[in-house]
Amino acid sequence: MMKRISRISLSVLSVVALTACGEKAQTLGTKKDATAYSGAANSFVEAGWTAGDKNSWEQHLRARSQYGQNDHSRAP
Amino acid sequence: MARMKFICDAERCIECNGCVTACKNEHEVPWGVNRRRVVTLNDGVPGEKSISVACMHCSDAPCMAVCPVNCFYKTDEGVVLHDKDICIGCGYCSYACPFGAPQFPSQGTFGVRGKMDKCTFCAGGPEANGSQAEFEKYGRNRLAEGKLPACAEMCSTKALLAGDGDVVADIFRNRVLKRNKGAEVWGWGTAYGSKQAGQAPAKVEGVKK
Repeated sequence: MMKRISRISLSVLSVVALTACGEKAQTLGTKKDATAYSGAANSFVEAGWTAGDKNSWEQHLRARSQYGQNDHSRAP
Repeated sequence: MARMKFICDAERCIECNGCVTACKNEHEVPWGVNRRRVVTLNDGVPGEKSISVACMHCSDAPCMAVCPVNCFYKTDEGVVLHDKDICIGCGYCSYACPFGAPQFPSQGTFGVRGKMDKCTFCAGGPEANGSQAEFEKYGRNRLAEGKLPACAEMCSTKALLAGDGDVVADIFRNRVLKRNKGAEVWGWGTAYGSKQAGQAPAKVEGVKK
């Protein structure tokens, strides 16, 4: 009888312990975000810079800003 | 290091709402949510001015300071982003924001007020860059694609400038020097902490108007 009770209580305890494994972590703070210069996993990435190279990404955006937004540098 | 900023040139904005349309289309923003909008001051009065307003990605962002669940974070480029998996839709950020940037969809997890949505400077969110999951929650990640925000790139008069703060400030400074007026950059001081920008010119004693 005692053996049976201990077996049942052991299985109940195991189930209770297992439920904790299914719990999602509720810690505050955001997930780690990838840097913009590491590139995107799709086919829309612009050519002219190397993904993962921060300097190349910055230079590419600088050139794009000047060309696309500075009409004084483009007008004669 | 690039420090991303927006500038809206009120001398050039013609209230076409091209930026608003570009943003909504690029990110497939739902009805009722406007990440960007055009505000007109003195509408109908000669000399009216329009400005395109969205999240300015403030240097010392008040939304980040008041968020009770700490869902905001700032990228290396100074873009203020948030994690929608953590946001509880409390709306504190919307009260704190001087630009009215945080938007709340009227349907979603929390019924009347869902998780906050705002301009991401086209930099997506914490999900993998360019992934479907990121697009569904935050829209396109144009920065990771080597592009600038769609609103600024679509602006027909180039009133809205976006990009590295040094570059856009240079472009704007050059314009002001050429046209010799309109140096006031609306919202710049509030967002980035300049003591001069956005303020009325100081009165100088002994100078008559």
